[in-house]
Amino acid sequence: MSTESWGRWIESAPRRVVDVDWPELVPPHDDLVLAYGLGRSYGDSCLNNGHTLLATSRLSRFRSFDRETGVIECDAGTTLDDILRVAVPRGWFLPVTPGTRFVTVGGCIANDVHGKNHHRAGTFGMHVESFTLVRSDGARVRCAKGENQELYRATIGGLGLTGLIVSAVIQLRRIRSPLMIVERVPFRGIEQFAALSIESDAGHDYTVAWLDAFGGRRSRGIFFRGNHAEEGSLETRREKRPRAFPLRPFSPLLTSLTVRAFNAAYFRANSRPAPQVTKYEPFFYPLDVVANWNAVYGRRGFLQYQFVIPESAGLEPVEEILDAIAGAAIASPLTVLKKFGTTASPGLLSFPRSGTTVSLDFPARRLDLLLTLLERCDDVVEAAGGAVYPAKDARMAPARFRRFFPQWEELARHADPQFSSTFWRRVTR
Amino acid sequence: MKVVIVGATSGIAGEVAKIYAAGGASLVLVARNEAKMLAVAGDLRVRGADDVTTVVADLADLGDHPRVAAAAGSGIDVVLVAHGSLPDQAAIDRDAAAQVAAFELNATSLISIAALFADALESARSGTLAVIGSVAGDRGRRSNYVYGAAKAAVHAYCEGLRMRLADAGVALVLVKPGWVDTPMTGGMRKNPLFVSASAAARGIHAAIERRRGTVYVPGYWRWISLAVRMLPARLVKF
Repeated sequence: MSTESWGRWIESAPRRVVDVDWPELVPPHDDLVLAYGLGRSYGDSCLNNGHTLLATSRLSRFRSFDRETGVIECDAGTTLDDILRVAVPRGWFLPVTPGTRFVTVGGCIANDVHGKNHHRAGTFGMHVESFTLVRSDGARVRCAKGENQELYRATIGGLGLTGLIVSAVIQLRRIRSPLMIVERVPFRGIEQFAALSIESDAGHDYTVAWLDAFGGRRSRGIFFRGNHAEEGSLETRREKRPRAFPLRPFSPLLTSLTVRAFNAAYFRANSRPAPQVTKYEPFFYPLDVVANWNAVYGRRGFLQYQFVIPESAGLEPVEEILDAIAGAAIASPLTVLKKFGTTASPGLLSFPRSGTTVSLDFPARRLDLLLTLLERCDDVVEAAGGAVYPAKDARMAPARFRRFFPQWEELARHADPQFSSTFWRRVTR
Repeated sequence: MKVVIVGATSGIAGEVAKIYAAGGASLVLVARNEAKMLAVAGDLRVRGADDVTTVVADLADLGDHPRVAAAAGSGIDVVLVAHGSLPDQAAIDRDAAAQVAAFELNATSLISIAALFADALESARSGTLAVIGSVAGDRGRRSNYVYGAAKAAVHAYCEGLRMRLADAGVALVLVKPGWVDTPMTGGMRKNPLFVSASAAARGIHAAIERRRGTVYVPGYWRWISLAVRMLPARLVKF
């Protein structure tokens, strides 16, 4: 199996890969180890170069599902796609989902992932009732709110460093229909985005914005807001299984010209604010249609840059960064904005916090220019008291990480001495 | 629908069981390791299986097979015989006893359990018996000739048994998987011809539901296998 990270910019070079098939396995003792699920982290937080990866994709069995209460227990390698498959026809949905359903439950906990409903539901970790961690000394530790509380907090958003998560219990949310009612509102500029967020967050469970980032702070965008439909049959046909590009990663299609053309077409196609009924897959997982969409970035891969600017710092830092990126004429083919809510996750190193988050994709080209630009963006993020998302990072300076996440020393104390990652060694050296 | 999975903790069979579970089938699982089988059974229940029963058995013990077949009960629609183990050929190259043991597990044991279920389906005059063979059984090769010999025996057995069962309206589906990414092939270097166990399972499920005869999974292995069989012996050194 492949053990790349999703950005494919950093080479994956584990010394070996050990399959973890059954929950009773104890991690090998002769090397530093790290759990590896589906490799959807973008940077180096899912890599363990020179050491051992514990592949968890076969550790993917359900244990129980209470159809009355929506409590589901599964192995850590179970995917969100698997959960949707059994939950949706019975009237349940993920409490929180990132933009792809091809991620494992263990990965969702380790990165404390968020979704379009952060303003309502917070992070994934907040809906995990309990999980079981296997430590390198063989101890199996059940963690929950109020049970092994410190390890519980360290593991949520703990980047897989506290041990091997083998199973978890998740509280799902009720739905009456697998359909979504979605509105798409065109806007221009970050201030309009913020106003739309405030207006929409009260009445919509899910909000997110797409930005045509060429215009900097004056960029046009589409604001998506949606809710689960209140009625309809739970039995609908599922979307087709995603297809992979039949090609090896080919040389980049994404030039400034093609991205501009795509953005203009996308903006036009989505400028219709009347509510529409869609299936949940295209709303939550538009990119899942192509199993290996990262291949579009070519052989050298891409960097994703996601930061959050706290509410208290206002919108100016967001605008400043978008201006800097537009000014540098480096095209970000996909830019997404979201206003995080105020509920704080129990996770020690959890990334989301009240404020505005922006995620940008950059093809890994003209790297010196790009890395200098991102360093400047980091300056703005740091001055504003924000943070950069470790799950997507492969480049932030160690000192920077420690200032973004001063809790890192507490995580280090709870980390299992035998668990490590390329990311962790890089930012703590 | 009632489906019996023999070798239920194996990678391919487990994925086929998931497809039947999602369709609401009731399943009878047969495997050696009880803890693993209970984990599989729990998974299948959540995925929608109507009912899951488990039969713990070491299938290398042929004397235990009548008990296993009896424990599966009646009213069976599908039996999938999928147990086996890929021996490390180099490690048993000069060990006659180990070669015979590997042959017995991958041939004699499959034939024994298939024979018992064939009788049950034949007297019920309905159902489908599916048996996992292998492309390795299509031609002897240095790298896996004991496993290949066992699968070749299974192939010939199934071809003949299929003719007998046809009289009773019972289908026999012989599945020859190519390279599938499962724990069994964990030690092999992966190349682009490897497919996931779930992809292989979809092919196997479709073949069983259509009551096909002999199928390669994925289908293109039919042509690879044909080419490998046509090669003159002096060219086959691998």
